[in-house]
Amino acid sequence: MIKVQHEDFDIGAEIAALKADRTDIGSIVSFTGTVRDAADTITEMTLEHYPGMTETELERIEKEAHTRWPLQASLIVHRTGTLKPGDNIVLVVTASEHRDAAFDAARFLMDYLKTSAPFWKRETGPQGSKWVEAKASDEAARTRWSPRKDAAE
Amino acid sequence: MRLLYFAWVKEKTGIAAEDVDVPGDVATVAELMAWLKMRGPEFENAFDRAEVIRAAIDHAHARHDAKIGGAREIAFFPPVTGG
Repeated sequence: MIKVQHEDFDIGAEIAALKADRTDIGSIVSFTGTVRDAADTITEMTLEHYPGMTETELERIEKEAHTRWPLQASLIVHRTGTLKPGDNIVLVVTASEHRDAAFDAARFLMDYLKTSAPFWKRETGPQGSKWVEAKASDEAARTRWSPRKDAAE
Repeated sequence: MRLLYFAWVKEKTGIAAEDVDVPGDVATVAELMAWLKMRGPEFENAFDRAEVIRAAIDHAHARHDAKIGGAREIAFFPPVTGG
């Protein structure tokens, strides 16, 4: 499931909803990304996105994860708009019978989301505001997952 | 054809979206960016580093050599930084 929203999310509540009334799930992995201000340089972060393509892209990535691993359920929540340091940005939850699939799929979802979901961060601090630049390390992280032979790039 | 601009591409062009009649001999994403650059100083500035700009055709990522024929909506934006 995909959710793109300004509102905060409750990780416990999202996981509870995902496993409600299910007894077949054996492993649940969650990843939460938050607004980082390690050096007191950020007072707020604004996330712009491309409505329509964002949902399409997140659904494509989620579907891809389900073709690669035996997932029983998954969830991607991404916030938009203006956030403060410490605020939640993104939540990825994966569920499977055994832990390997859930762990690997969660990492895959984040690596792909980082490099293909149309979001752009703008940081504001005492020195003004600037667009966050894409990191080569994110692109490298994505390449750890080889494309499937039948995948259209 | 509907054109959309995001993040610093939007700031530089000064607009978020527009409908344009693209000449028939503009066949690819790269050619469209070259054509847009000629539309004034804002566009020349926005597409100055065209090689770093990413494009999407009808909500799907597209390479610069992708054909634009039949596209309804083309978006231009910097490399994404979500997550």
